[in-house]
Amino acid sequence: MHEVSLMCSAVTLALEQVKAQGRSKIHRIDLSVGELSGVVPDALMFAFDVVSAGTPAEGANLHLTTVPTLCYCAHCHREFYPMSLIYACPHCHHLSNDIREGKDLELVSLEIS
Amino acid sequence: MCELAGHREILYLHQNVLNKNNQSAEKNRTLFRNLLAINLMSAPGAGKTTLIQQLIKHTHFRSAVVVGDLATDHDAQQIRQTEIPAVQVTTGNLCHLDAENVARAVGELELATLELVIIENVGNLVCPAMYHLGEDLRIVLMSVTEGENKSLKYPTLFKSADAVVISKTDLAAAVDFDREKALAYLSQVVPQTPVFEISARSAKGIDAFHAYLAQALEAKRLLRSLSI
Repeated sequence: MHEVSLMCSAVTLALEQVKAQGRSKIHRIDLSVGELSGVVPDALMFAFDVVSAGTPAEGANLHLTTVPTLCYCAHCHREFYPMSLIYACPHCHHLSNDIREGKDLELVSLEIS
Repeated sequence: MCELAGHREILYLHQNVLNKNNQSAEKNRTLFRNLLAINLMSAPGAGKTTLIQQLIKHTHFRSAVVVGDLATDHDAQQIRQTEIPAVQVTTGNLCHLDAENVARAVGELELATLELVIIENVGNLVCPAMYHLGEDLRIVLMSVTEGENKSLKYPTLFKSADAVVISKTDLAAAVDFDREKALAYLSQVVPQTPVFEISARSAKGIDAFHAYLAQALEAKRLLRSLSI
């Protein structure tokens, strides 16, 4: 439900950059989507068409890369990628609540002209 | 950093899309520096407003409430019956509170006189997970009437919580709520998160939750006094 407002923020950021660079067109936008960011990629794609219409970002290729959840095990001091939503360390089986990656939605790069 | 690709160029930005919200949240955090701010999140109808009323009755904190809803100011009216200030934020179609609408709402409160600001988020178990409001504690409520497996179904929100409240425990028997199962799921999804079981109707369990908040406020004050 909140993908439209997030996409609005992403496109606004992108448009500010294009303007700051004195350019007029965005050809490609790369976003990284954390597995735990609470964002549905399909909904982001849909929202992009709506919010980019009539702007220099209209028609740009939107590329989404999923960032997997990375946890830290405080017991054996190792990082691991959990296999399910139960974050059990594969080395020592302790449960972790310490999430190091996978929460963010990031505007990675733009291709502009 | 720029790379030329013909007349096109690639700009590497690596900017968090929620930067603007996060910056506003930081400003709120400064506003809240002398008090405890909590963000209450749950599905619609889990009992946030009733819990707040009960908490206010039992507390000695000087409190105020910010209430988010899509429409109406029913909840704020209900809270004002307890004679503490309540500001309603009507979000229209927005499914969550963001840091900026919280900033506008707390502008109507006399923060210097307060010890506790309770932010009652829009009833939603998905969207509020992403939006930090500048709160000290994020608290997720699940009522016994919603079943045992809420934490499995909405792990993102639960994993963002500092504490979980199981509400409406007085109804547990009537809805065959399996307490052990619910606690087992929580201990898997949010292994280190404290869980409070509360009946806002009878006030059972409210003392432990109140003590938790009092301790958090105390800890914040202590940290603040040490850093000055």
